[in-house]
Amino acid sequence: MTKTMRGLVQMSCAALIAMSPMAAFAQDWEPRRPIDFTIMAGPGGGADQIARFIQSVAEQYDMTNRPLVPTNRGGGSGAEALIHVSSTSDPDHTILVTLNSFFTTPLRQENLGIDIQTFTPVAMMGVDPFVLWVHTDSGITNFEQFLQQVRSMDGEFVMGGTGTGQEDSIVIAFMSGAYDLDINYIPYDGGGAVARDLAGQQIMATVNNPAEAKGFYEAGQFVPLVAFSDERLPAYPDVPTMREMGHDFSYYNQRAVVGAPGMSDEAAAYYADLFTRIYESDEWQAYLESESLSPLWMNADEQRAYWATQVESHRELLASLGE
Amino acid sequence: MEILSLLGGGMLLALQPLNLALILIGVTVGLFIGAMPGLGSVNGVAILLPITFLVPPSGAIIFLAAIYYGAMYGGAISSITLGIPGASTAVATTFDGRPLARQGRASLALVTAAIASFIGGTVANVFFTAFAPLLASVALAFGPPEIFALMLLAFATFVGLGGDDIPKTIFSICFGLVLGAIGFDQISGAPRLVLFDMNGFLQGIGFLVLAIGVYGIGEMIWTIDQARGEVETSTPKMTMRGMASDAAEATRRGWKGTAIGSVLGFFVGILPAAGATPASLMSYGVAKMMSRVPEEFGRGNPDGVAAPEAANNSASTGSMLPMLTLGIPGSPTTAILLGGMVIWGLTPGPLLFVQETEFVWGLIGSFYISNVAALLINLAFIPLFIWMLRMPFTILAPMIFVLSIAGGYAATRDMFDIWLIVIFGLGAFVLRRFDYPLAPAVLAIVLGPIAEPTLRQSLLLSSGDPSIFFTRPIAGPITVVALILLLLPALKLLRRRRGKAEDGAA
Repeated sequence: MTKTMRGLVQMSCAALIAMSPMAAFAQDWEPRRPIDFTIMAGPGGGADQIARFIQSVAEQYDMTNRPLVPTNRGGGSGAEALIHVSSTSDPDHTILVTLNSFFTTPLRQENLGIDIQTFTPVAMMGVDPFVLWVHTDSGITNFEQFLQQVRSMDGEFVMGGTGTGQEDSIVIAFMSGAYDLDINYIPYDGGGAVARDLAGQQIMATVNNPAEAKGFYEAGQFVPLVAFSDERLPAYPDVPTMREMGHDFSYYNQRAVVGAPGMSDEAAAYYADLFTRIYESDEWQAYLESESLSPLWMNADEQRAYWATQVESHRELLASLGE
Repeated sequence: MEILSLLGGGMLLALQPLNLALILIGVTVGLFIGAMPGLGSVNGVAILLPITFLVPPSGAIIFLAAIYYGAMYGGAISSITLGIPGASTAVATTFDGRPLARQGRASLALVTAAIASFIGGTVANVFFTAFAPLLASVALAFGPPEIFALMLLAFATFVGLGGDDIPKTIFSICFGLVLGAIGFDQISGAPRLVLFDMNGFLQGIGFLVLAIGVYGIGEMIWTIDQARGEVETSTPKMTMRGMASDAAEATRRGWKGTAIGSVLGFFVGILPAAGATPASLMSYGVAKMMSRVPEEFGRGNPDGVAAPEAANNSASTGSMLPMLTLGIPGSPTTAILLGGMVIWGLTPGPLLFVQETEFVWGLIGSFYISNVAALLINLAFIPLFIWMLRMPFTILAPMIFVLSIAGGYAATRDMFDIWLIVIFGLGAFVLRRFDYPLAPAVLAIVLGPIAEPTLRQSLLLSSGDPSIFFTRPIAGPITVVALILLLLPALKLLRRRRGKAEDGAA
């Protein structure tokens, strides 16, 4: 190799390193074992879909030297996952895909002794809106008809959702309170099972995330009635929001990745870098758009602050709903 | 006819050199992953997912499906030769496979398992090919009451018939149900039965933990106890002619179990929440019920090997159906496959069959090819597994112990589970000395966590009215049959008493 060649190679290496300061920093620490990638929910729901998608992106671009191993621990509205992650003996190799039960479950079950501020912030991948869905065969095409139908059935109208005190039940309880509705609520172990039983008309309506209902919507089986988002969703421009109807209410599910309590700073930096790269990938950006998620990128300090405000607002929500 | 031409096209796609190579590698890898206790198709598919990004999507899913198939065949191998279930789907295979191996008929059990698996897979493929869209709507018609009725039927097949002591069977079921209830309640989210306030119990007791404890450790202690110092060595031999005669015997003595497992397995497999493990246990129960010699079950009846093995292969094909047509995974393995499909840019759901014809039929075509490949590769390896059995028990026993512990740890990576495995092993030995059947407890810990939420969801649906199980068109007949089966032993007892009374009068 000639001198100039070597010089060129060195220069380009230096340039590469200079262009990616984060990557160079993260090289300090690398996983030595497969990474326990715990999911706070059962298979098929929104959190599960996102975890599998993230894993696939990481694998596709070979972003980790050890694989992410997704495991569903949905028991007890995510309490099983919280306990598993907070009692792990290997915090540097344990990360958690969360949803809002990250806030609500420790509130509702104080005896678990989980303090979420001890967890390590990693990345906020986006927030997932809620939409009210009915089956096409119900003949209901707008929210007014939905209200009429629920009222005419006098407590026999059946809606399904995730576990009691979890996201779906909060949204449905808000709606019932605002419009004085009497709804029979059936808890399921995940959003996937909820969507399936709406497709089979075992239940009459759901508040699935768009990602969970999209396949059935595109096949003409589900009808969206109202979105519980701040603005109309780009993928569903004709669906009004709860705000347009005069209710100051919007609700999103956080799609965040957090590290186990006691994770070392080096490992936290590694995962923050990893998930930043996944977040910036074309695949994830396309996923956010096609599945109607809103971006809400935050750094570690902002995430901690966000957790604190979410815990407070959920405390109020649960209290006002009599939970 | 259109279906046949689509299927033909799919098979041609699967037979392309790259895809065929992927099938052969996938099946072989799956076979060994399935045979390792604790590692099942879930782990296999998860570990090998990265490799699939090197090939086009149709090749990728063909590869993963081949691993899935291979693992279903492989699970039977350690169930039969070592008595440790290779995967949760193969637990029922130990019930009769292990006794056959102890009688020196391991080759018969392995050949029966291979042939039954092949037939189960083929029957499921034909159903899948012919009726996929129709069956998707059948799966949707199963709401909570229907699924609960089906679970009730499964319990009834274990209680109602057979030569076992019925009170002891019921005790065993209740024991399994209690173990299954440990952990978090799905409906209210509250923790239940957290014994000694130990956090380990919050996560619930894994089914594989119980199965490895009972069948791995428990079986090992039992064998040591039975041998009483005299080390028994079976010297099974394996020749081509021996295999041919085994195949003939397997067909003669295992056709009924194969038929039951193939059909029942598929229908249980397509149902949401079920999957291959409940399918194999239920098929075992039904095969025992339909048998003319139910008392032979658990003592080495080829039907008892054929039924669960046919069922787990059939169900694994079946569980692809809700995944492809509804976008909802029917089993943990299909959940991982689903994740793969999303990243390959495919949206599983009602439109997949319309929009991605080539992908779907390439996959279905590959099922047929994988199945043939798995049968041939499995048969080729049987002499190797038989050879393993010729090791003296003094070497085999520690090996079983190590594999049980390692397998239990691999599944959850939690030391707590290892202690449970040891405790279950000792407990199983004691219960067995007192003639308690253990299979019903294993069944209950699998089906209980499906039955309980569906029971409560159903009662919520009906505002507490139990008639919901009788008035719905699908749930009704299933519930009635289940109740008849449950009451049958009581009726038999009554008739016997009356018979005795008449004898006394005469």
